[in-house]
Amino acid sequence: MVQFERFTLENGLKVLVHEDHTTPMAVLNILYDVGARDENPEQTGFAHLFEHLMFGGSVNIPSYDEPLQRVGGENNAFTSNDMTNYYITLPAVNLETAFWLESDRMLSLAFSEKSLEVQRNVVCEEFKQRYLNQPYGDVWLKLRPLVYKEHPYKWATIGKELSHIENAKMEDVKAFFKKHYNPKNAIMVVGGAVKLEDVKKLAEKWFAPIDGGKKYERNLPTEPVQTQEIKETVKADVPANAIYKVFKMPGRMEEGYAATDLISDILSQGKSSRLYQNLVQQNPVFSNINAYNYGSIETGMFVIEGRLLPNVEIDYADECIWKELDSLKSEPVYEDELTKVKNKYEATREFGEMSLLDKAMNLAFYELYGDANLINTDIQNYLKVSAVDIQTQANTLFKREASTTLYYLAN
Amino acid sequence: MLNRVQQPEFKQVEEINFLKAKKHELANKIPVFEINGGEQNLVRIEFIFQNRGWDLQKPLLPGVTNSMLTEGTHSLSSAQIASKIDYYGAFFQTEYNHDQSSLTLYSLNKYLPQTLPIIKEMLTGSIFPEKELQILLRNQKQKLKVGLEKNSVLARRAFTEVLFGDSLYGYATQLSDYEQVDRADLLAYYKQIYHPSNCTVVMSGKIEDKTLTLLDELFGNWENTSTVPAFNMAYQSASDKLRYIEKPEALQSAIRIGVPLVNRTHPDFIGLQILNTALGGYFGSRLMANIREDKGYTYGIGSGIASLQQAGYFFISTEVGVDVTSATLVEIEKEVDLLKSELIADEELALIQNFMMGSLLGSLENAFSHADKFKNIYFYGLGYDYYEKYIQTVKNITPKELKDLANKYWDYDAFYKVVVGKM
Repeated sequence: MVQFERFTLENGLKVLVHEDHTTPMAVLNILYDVGARDENPEQTGFAHLFEHLMFGGSVNIPSYDEPLQRVGGENNAFTSNDMTNYYITLPAVNLETAFWLESDRMLSLAFSEKSLEVQRNVVCEEFKQRYLNQPYGDVWLKLRPLVYKEHPYKWATIGKELSHIENAKMEDVKAFFKKHYNPKNAIMVVGGAVKLEDVKKLAEKWFAPIDGGKKYERNLPTEPVQTQEIKETVKADVPANAIYKVFKMPGRMEEGYAATDLISDILSQGKSSRLYQNLVQQNPVFSNINAYNYGSIETGMFVIEGRLLPNVEIDYADECIWKELDSLKSEPVYEDELTKVKNKYEATREFGEMSLLDKAMNLAFYELYGDANLINTDIQNYLKVSAVDIQTQANTLFKREASTTLYYLAN
Repeated sequence: MLNRVQQPEFKQVEEINFLKAKKHELANKIPVFEINGGEQNLVRIEFIFQNRGWDLQKPLLPGVTNSMLTEGTHSLSSAQIASKIDYYGAFFQTEYNHDQSSLTLYSLNKYLPQTLPIIKEMLTGSIFPEKELQILLRNQKQKLKVGLEKNSVLARRAFTEVLFGDSLYGYATQLSDYEQVDRADLLAYYKQIYHPSNCTVVMSGKIEDKTLTLLDELFGNWENTSTVPAFNMAYQSASDKLRYIEKPEALQSAIRIGVPLVNRTHPDFIGLQILNTALGGYFGSRLMANIREDKGYTYGIGSGIASLQQAGYFFISTEVGVDVTSATLVEIEKEVDLLKSELIADEELALIQNFMMGSLLGSLENAFSHADKFKNIYFYGLGYDYYEKYIQTVKNITPKELKDLANKYWDYDAFYKVVVGKM
């Protein structure tokens, strides 16, 4: 159980407070309700590049990192297709420095040309390091546009191509800031050895003077239901053939999400899972195989990804995957199997609560999904899933005509 | 009027409290260390065994033996082990590193009577079934093949090899090694290493009184007869300082630079950690400030000091665009030399001191992390006074002492340099 309090400043900034006095540390987490899905299709990768620029100094504070390190703090951030999240951990006695830093960059950035130029390079190197200079590294650059035809999930957070990042201009940076980085589009979570009253005072002092801005109204195209199977093959210098199979699935808080999440556990969590038992151990088709999902807010991706053993035909491997999916469709899972994945899910949540930062981030995510208290109640969505629900959900998900398959073959 | 220019008042971290380990012993003398703390009803129990030998002809033996612990016992198959543990929402992991082989259980307290016996099976009754062994070898080999396509992996392998030769610390697995693994060797190694006289148990989390009783019931009668001899590591570093692996198609070069160094037991170790922090040990470090934040050559660059039981090493690591590989090497040399020729400014040192104190405080998040801190001293024969010394050194070290350390330990020409990519 994660206890928390919530208040909203007049300018619209939502603040959640989670007191945890078992630690001398504090966390300040700010989530901005903007992700790669909110980008202009001609300027992809911008939300992520912008995240880098948030560290390039703000209107009154030339260096973000230095003063934070000076008080013993650390920070980082990430961008996804749905959101951008920034976090600081520091000794709780120095909490005010976190308020000072975060409020100033919500107020306004320094918009330094030098920072833009350097971070364009840094992000291009990140693009190369993660997506281009790695075996299979570019797979999501290829797959997303096959899976999504309309919805902006069709590009990866890093962007469609290097040129989009290289061409980013200061005027675009400023416009992006104005549109998305204001109190109305943010959720702040303060946790750790802090007191609600102190957080209220600090929030009033540092954040209340910031102009609320305009709430960004998202109006994204919906992805049409897929009615035709998509198959593609690419070849590259990789050591083994691989299959990626994607099905569209419910969004994070939509009906059927929990059942789908549990299906991925039944298929591939640990060595007792179906895919491992049947396709790695009993019938050696893959050297490794995984099923997972992206947890996206809108229509997401359920992925099955496998690396083939040498001398296995790719079509055969593909049919082996279908056989496992068909079995989920035609027969209910065993009660023990279902209990196992539920217990595991519950325990994983419990272990997660040992980390202050995890708790703070999860509060922010759930608040974005609709209500921070879901952190305590979402588990019920999982516990109530029945074997019949799993079967029904498998039938909804795993349709040939709704599948997208990429064969990633060795040259 | 709110002053947004001025940083609010702050304090240096003064006090850091360690949850100290409490020692117990099972009936058969296995030492058990308890680190008790936390709100969640969870526990982590680690069974740690020292590596006690190295045979270059059988380089995979220690690692494969460790991974195979989960693959079948007299009464449980691999799948049964996994589903039982999963059923109770528990986790286990095998880990093999340069000094130790371990098996760790994470469990809810209420299910320990169900989960802990499975661990006992794995530690005392593993049978290393041939079929599972072949699957494991096949899959690990495949994984290595993928790894060998990554410049960062190639660089890391070449780097440990130039530093530590073909010793346990330096050897890089070859694809052909997977053909040499023999089940009989695994069984023999298992018998020798996974033995009560070579075992240390560390349990952390919310520890109940009955946990120790349960441990003793299960493991206290594990027959403890022989002793396992200690093992002295010898290694030979390479004679050439530069290892260049050319990859004509590469977009980025992976760079590793470093040298063998003292380990945690040496009086200079803490000072060297502070020096390393200045160079590349945090986001605001000199390497990051210069090579990422000023020049934009890389997504990240860092340096570190690793302590092993019988050696240590210093390393710098980055991946940079191929066109700036040489320029990066020049800048790295410049930054290393600057710390040797000029005193660190008081302001920079103060920042590093505060950062390191905050970082130490933040690294003690829960009972598990306190247990990790304990292992860091215990297996080096050190006591908790090491951390007192650490705190005093961080707070009191002078720019002159840091410069002296840089001159004593750092010689860029003597550093080993590995570049995989283009230059």
